[in-house]
Amino acid sequence: MRTKKTIDLYALTWRVPIILWQLLFFVGPVLFMVAISFFVVKNYRMTEAFEVVNWQKMLSRGYFWDSYWYTLFIASLSASIAMLIAFPAAWALAFRASDRLRSWAVFLLIIPFFTSYLVRTFSWYVILAESGVLNAILGFVGLGPFTMLNTHFGTIVGYLTLTLPLAVILQTVTMANIDKNLIEAARNLGCKPLATIWRVVLPLSKTGMIIAALFCFILAFGDFVAPFYLGGSQEPTLPILILDTTKSGQQWPRAAVVAIMMMLTLFTIAFTAIALAYRKPKGSK
Amino acid sequence: MTKHKKTTSNQFIRRDVLRIGGGVALSAPFVGRAWAETVEINMLAWYGHGEPDMVGAFEEANNVKFVPKYYAGGDNMLALIAQSPPGTYDIILSDGEFVQQLNAAGYIEELSADDYPFDDMLHEDFTKFPGHWDGDKLYSMILRGGHLGVSYNTTAMSAEEASSYEGFWKPELKGKVGHFDWHLPNLGMMSLKNGNGASLWDLTDDQWSAVQETTLSLREQIGGYFDYGGTFNGLKNGEMQAMCGIGDWITGVLERDGAPVASIIPKEGGIQFTESYCIGKDSEKADLVKSFIQYMMSPEGQVKSAQMLAYPGFCVTKGGRALLQEVDAKEAERSHQIDGMPNEPIALINEGRIHYRDIPQQQTLEDWNDFWSEYKNA
Repeated sequence: MRTKKTIDLYALTWRVPIILWQLLFFVGPVLFMVAISFFVVKNYRMTEAFEVVNWQKMLSRGYFWDSYWYTLFIASLSASIAMLIAFPAAWALAFRASDRLRSWAVFLLIIPFFTSYLVRTFSWYVILAESGVLNAILGFVGLGPFTMLNTHFGTIVGYLTLTLPLAVILQTVTMANIDKNLIEAARNLGCKPLATIWRVVLPLSKTGMIIAALFCFILAFGDFVAPFYLGGSQEPTLPILILDTTKSGQQWPRAAVVAIMMMLTLFTIAFTAIALAYRKPKGSK
Repeated sequence: MTKHKKTTSNQFIRRDVLRIGGGVALSAPFVGRAWAETVEINMLAWYGHGEPDMVGAFEEANNVKFVPKYYAGGDNMLALIAQSPPGTYDIILSDGEFVQQLNAAGYIEELSADDYPFDDMLHEDFTKFPGHWDGDKLYSMILRGGHLGVSYNTTAMSAEEASSYEGFWKPELKGKVGHFDWHLPNLGMMSLKNGNGASLWDLTDDQWSAVQETTLSLREQIGGYFDYGGTFNGLKNGEMQAMCGIGDWITGVLERDGAPVASIIPKEGGIQFTESYCIGKDSEKADLVKSFIQYMMSPEGQVKSAQMLAYPGFCVTKGGRALLQEVDAKEAERSHQIDGMPNEPIALINEGRIHYRDIPQQQTLEDWNDFWSEYKNA
């Protein structure tokens, strides 16, 4: 016997604003961006058209692909470093620290977000410059001076400024939810510390870890500030290429092509990562 | 019996809110009228031109308020105008080479030459500056200029080394040469390095290929590509020992603070940036803007321009230069604005060592920009 489906007005009322929000501020702008990627610029003014010239132009340029692969590489590297550095801190906070200390630590990790990211980035100038604080300290032990600004290292430092606190928070929250009895059981059964991490902690925190890494990657991939101000634009990342494209010649349609390519890349990586994160182990139902 | 909620003197009740709200609503038109007495002038300019050190005195004297919108680069300026409704900008400070395009697109009003001190210009070229006139019709008033050449840290390079663009290739400067991130001045300098002299913007295909080759050979030396802030910081903290694409407009600010930096016009020649005022098409405040331009062309205005905090530029009128020497001899000397001094701006122009910045003649801006992107990725 078929049961008649009724519309749950209460649930719908709560869902509609979110759907509207997504349509207005995500789907709409994305569609508009796709549309303008086919527009043309005449006398510095964007004109409605349907031409594939911008796609042809950008995708056939070597510098676009150089920027693309470099951005992919440096964002992946930065996300990996953030995850590695964050892990011991998150481990200690999740398993060794008291609840009170953990709460304070998470609060302190949130504090950097109260300040503008641009300001935090500029403050690295004082630390990383050849005549800066870090080189002065290294100088005491007879090292340096090292060139750290306007290098890949500078870019990574900038990315970590943005992503590291987030990575620590996400990892801590993930690991804090692991049943500590399982870890103790592993140790009691003779599992060594590293093996415990590898065979118990990581599998149990897989979802949170992948989501944390994904966030670090997404933030770094789209960041303009670190590669521009600390990396000296060399090599230019895709966000810098977007700026260059719009700044000179006002080629917003070509910038839209770059932006769409970035979004497609992020969608692919995000969906793959989420699929991996929520994939059930073999044999489980 | 109706129960009334007790309120204390510190609590707002609905009636208070309505009373205050109503009062605000009723008084708003009067407040608005009082504020309306200050006329807002929308300005489109390079950074610094709408700041108090430049416009403050005029604002006070005329009860006006400048609302600046800043841009970086002539094509950025053109795009901002193209994307705004007519009449959005009352005054436009344009790079000299872009005035022609502003006029061709119908973005600016015609000016009356009689309103401005053309009889007081320091150089003949400034009276009939390229692109500012269309036949006998004037469209833009030259305000100031500055020269671009080799900018360097005086502890890392000698003046002799900096007296040629070759200096950028000095092995000790590897990774320490920076670019101001705009293709036009940088590629112009590379064109001068290649010996193209006065035809630096008018390059044949072969000359353009040679310029690209020269530029690419500099890539190994480059430590970064910077905007104004980055260039400033790079030179200030010593990360960059030499900069291509700039001149005294940035090193001058640092020099005023005692930093060991300088700019020199090399033997191959330098480039002049020229900044000029235009009145925006359909501006309803054209008369006020005209008064402002007249003020900036007066000796007092010219001194303010020469002393501009964001970046200096030289006076274009004799009256301005004379007053600068009188009221700020130090700045006049620092910027060589004294007759007979070495590197005196007008003498450099007369000697043929300065070329006015222009746009590529045989290639498009897009060609140059495309190459610039390739170069940055090389």
